Amino acid sequence: MINALGRPQTVLLLGGTSDIALALARSWAHEPGLYVVLAARPGPRRDAAAAELEQLGCVVEPIDFEATDTARHPALIESVASGRDIDVAVVAFGVLGDEERAWQDHETAVHLAEVNYVAPVSVGVCLAERLRRQGHGVIVALSSVAGERVRRSNFAYGASKAGMDGFYLGLGEALRGSGARVLVVRPGFVHTKMTAGRDAAPLSVSAEQVASAVTKAVASGDDLIWVPAAMRGVMSGLRHVPRSLFRRLPI
Amino acid sequence: MAEPATDVVLTGWGRTAPTAASLRRADASGVARLLRDAGPRGLIARGLGRSYGDPAQNAGGDVLAPLPGWIDEPGPDGSVRVSAGTSLHDLMRHLLPRGRFVPVTPGTRYVSVGGAIAADVHGKGHHVTGSFGEQVVSLDLVLPDGTTRTVGPDTDPELYWATVGGMGLTGVIVAAVLRTIPVESGYLTVTTQRLPDLDAVLREMAEGDARFGYSVAWIDTEARGRSLGRSVLSRGDHARRDQLSGRAARDPLALPRAPRLTVPLTPPTSLVTAATVRAFNELWFRKAPRWRSDELQDVSAFFHPLDGVAGWNRLYGPRGFVQYQFAVPEAHADVVRRILERLAADRHPTFLAVLKRFGPGSPGWLSFPRAGWTLAVDTPARPDLADLLAGLDEQVVAAGGRVYLAKDARLRPEIVDAMYPRASDFRELRARLDPQRRLQSDLARRLHL
Repeated sequence: MINALGRPQTVLLLGGTSDIALALARSWAHEPGLYVVLAARPGPRRDAAAAELEQLGCVVEPIDFEATDTARHPALIESVASGRDIDVAVVAFGVLGDEERAWQDHETAVHLAEVNYVAPVSVGVCLAERLRRQGHGVIVALSSVAGERVRRSNFAYGASKAGMDGFYLGLGEALRGSGARVLVVRPGFVHTKMTAGRDAAPLSVSAEQVASAVTKAVASGDDLIWVPAAMRGVMSGLRHVPRSLFRRLPI
Repeated sequence: MAEPATDVVLTGWGRTAPTAASLRRADASGVARLLRDAGPRGLIARGLGRSYGDPAQNAGGDVLAPLPGWIDEPGPDGSVRVSAGTSLHDLMRHLLPRGRFVPVTPGTRYVSVGGAIAADVHGKGHHVTGSFGEQVVSLDLVLPDGTTRTVGPDTDPELYWATVGGMGLTGVIVAAVLRTIPVESGYLTVTTQRLPDLDAVLREMAEGDARFGYSVAWIDTEARGRSLGRSVLSRGDHARRDQLSGRAARDPLALPRAPRLTVPLTPPTSLVTAATVRAFNELWFRKAPRWRSDELQDVSAFFHPLDGVAGWNRLYGPRGFVQYQFAVPEAHADVVRRILERLAADRHPTFLAVLKRFGPGSPGWLSFPRAGWTLAVDTPARPDLADLLAGLDEQVVAAGGRVYLAKDARLRPEIVDAMYPRASDFRELRARLDPQRRLQSDLARRLHL
């Protein structure tokens, strides 16, 4: 159960080796005995993540998760939830890749759309069904400001995030009154291994800053946040810039 | 009889951690059926929702609304048989004209008899009468298998003392026979004292409580340094007819009434802030007399001052609030001091804290009261409280104390056994009595009870 101060007892991290997911687990690990289900590809990265969280006093259950293997998602979520309630589920997986390849290479484009949009829809449906039945729980969907106004420089990524963002906002509405909640998180540029080597955009943040904002939002019952909070105003402005001008902006 | 279920989202009085459940309505005869039909997430009985946290919530399962209230005529020995769904408000209004009163009333009349037993509530008279469960002759309990058993401290002490304070997890209480006490009026003669610091109030309570039937102190949590623990101590006894004068003499019963004021909506943020709290506490302390004796106060004013404003819990805004209530043995007043210091230093806005000196505890397995000091503090639910309160838990446990489950919304399961040594017995009893887990609550899930 999530307690009155927003601390969960069981957390499911889908894409459990992502920097933001791990930062989140670390900030919730203040609560000794936090049960963390690390859903990720098997391998040294998952092993390292599990070892680190165990060091912090978490009980870690690694499970094999492949975002594009959507047929297996229902059974996977069901098996996680059979032993315990899922207090918070974090949808943290995603790919960025080479932006120009992502619209010119067929395989890359389809893969990106599947990981960033189809797979989140797949797990979202399974999680919603489960959380409705248990009458409580929060789904944290890691979206991106890139989906709020899709721009030329990374439109394949932005469009996939726009789709998943819209889906989870709608899912949150559909779940009202069920006890389950959805929190959509729109970070700006986050310094992670996904963005390593790229030039940081203005208002860039660390994975820890995203985690801190998310834990606060989960505790307050928010359903949509921007990280940093100032990004909300920026994006609101950008949304209204005419296309002819927008295409000339250096973003 | 049972009516169709409705889906509801519920919280406790603190308005934190909402979860959804199917609300079931039934009378006592329909309870067995509801238990037998309970799904994998079980059922829990809910009274008037005055527990602060999650004991009367059951995410994804069934929640039983209060049973219809009824009250039998008191017997010659003064005992009275009531439905578990009866509120203490209704019970007091029934008893006062008959010259009787409940032996234990908590700080609100809006609790059900079933809830009062399940939480084993206490009141200002704990040092004399003990907790609610100690004034129950017997209770009718529908067990998880659907059978009804009448249990009392003599007939089935194990099941009885597991049920008293058992947060509704041993069965559904459907009726109870309660002892009552004779009173001549609905008034109390009250002595009020203003005390400058914590030592003064602790000393005064330790030395003087025995002279009064009721005693409680309100501490100004904003006071620091030499004024730390400055308090208003309020003690009294039921007034005899010959002590009444003026308006009280004309209406000696002064039956408690429904609230006159209502907080109509939840403000967008908490109105309980450092500034409002400091102003209120200062005013409240200043307006109290240094010493005043034999003032007449009616039952509402003396026992239930907050019941005058319906929905006062909304003042804390959409995030709600938590109450931290702990008890430590008599010799550990130092913990009370350290916790007051910590709260004052951390600048969490805390309204007046309530201090009480408990008499001996009851045998209830999960009953809260134990001989010594208890302090209760309300504060807005802010995420940064989590580590602070966890630190206070450690101090309380180190002193051999405990936190009150009926107020709790954030304890961790690992620490419960240190606070309640019979928690493991409780778990074993539940495993035996309820192997299919037909009774479940959010509290039970959170604390692994």
